[in-house]
Amino acid sequence: MANTVLHQAVTRGHADHGWLNSYHTFSFANYYNPERMHFGALRVLNDDTVAAGKGFGKHPHDNMEIISIPLEGDLEHSDSMGNKTIIRKGDIQAMSAGTGVAHSEYNANSDKPVKFLQIWVYPDRKNIQPQYSQVTLQPADRKNKLQQIVLPRSKDSDGVTVQQEAWFSLGDFEKEKQVIYEIKRKENGAYIFVLKGKVTVEGQKLDTRDGFGVWETNKVSITADSDAEVLLMDVPMNI
Amino acid sequence: MNTRTEILIIGRNESILQTVVRLVNNNPEWIGTGAATDEDAIEKFHHHHFDVVLLTNGIGDEEEKKLRKIFTHQDTDIIIIQHYGGGSGLLQNEIREALGKRSAENKPTISITDDALKSAKWNISIQ
Repeated sequence: MANTVLHQAVTRGHADHGWLNSYHTFSFANYYNPERMHFGALRVLNDDTVAAGKGFGKHPHDNMEIISIPLEGDLEHSDSMGNKTIIRKGDIQAMSAGTGVAHSEYNANSDKPVKFLQIWVYPDRKNIQPQYSQVTLQPADRKNKLQQIVLPRSKDSDGVTVQQEAWFSLGDFEKEKQVIYEIKRKENGAYIFVLKGKVTVEGQKLDTRDGFGVWETNKVSITADSDAEVLLMDVPMNI
Repeated sequence: MNTRTEILIIGRNESILQTVVRLVNNNPEWIGTGAATDEDAIEKFHHHHFDVVLLTNGIGDEEEKKLRKIFTHQDTDIIIIQHYGGGSGLLQNEIREALGKRSAENKPTISITDDALKSAKWNISIQ
């Protein structure tokens, strides 16, 4: 029988720094909850809103897979590998920090906030050469189905790559649509984060920004109880 | 008596190491000391008491094994943790998690045997 864990939106950690309003599904910075450290290799799921013209100054990372998904507005990215790009809604960015990389992320607009998800996944190998990838995906390709946006290195398919046996997908469903997702590996579990609307996952009713993890099963059923958008993260459970 | 937690931070990338040391020292309950090489780390560990060793960027698996062996040989109670992500939002969490686990391990436990013996009754039959 499948194991499950529910993280309701209202139970997330919260930090309001003025320029940054952030909700943490898992322990992060000053939010520390020993029961909320990670879901397998998924370590950070931050739901960030950055004020107009503000952002995260240059800071370092190492040995972490960092995925950014803009939900509203645009992010200006700059890093020590020489990348300087704008990440817009519909784009997905992944950075393998490896031996070490410094980057900054600013709101590219001076007149409106940017909302984005910042997701960190433990890598399955350490001290690799830092890598960066970014793709623009078509929203139409996830209408009433799951669109793959993140996949492991060297897999020839759409999406950005990470140094982990992890697959992410986005779905945009009309009310009453259902999808059955097959977890990629028996060692993996699926974590579903509701971006908008109401869904039922394996019998569990979820609302906007709720998170629900399922593991020790090979399939996950997702039904839209209203028009809804979801992010599904298929990650190894053992790290 | 010093009640602050002494943390030895080892990392190869000077910039990241300095950031991590600075972030650790931002916490008034912690004292962070950086070491960029194994030799420097071993030397510092030998001459000073540390509660925690934080292994950060650029340390390979074999180097990590070697360092763990040396530190635990010298101090069996030392807490050694890997820090993922650089000077980031995870730093405080990882240290607090490790200290919390150690604290829980050191809590006195209730002896179920003692309680069971108190209420036990002799049940001996002599034939």
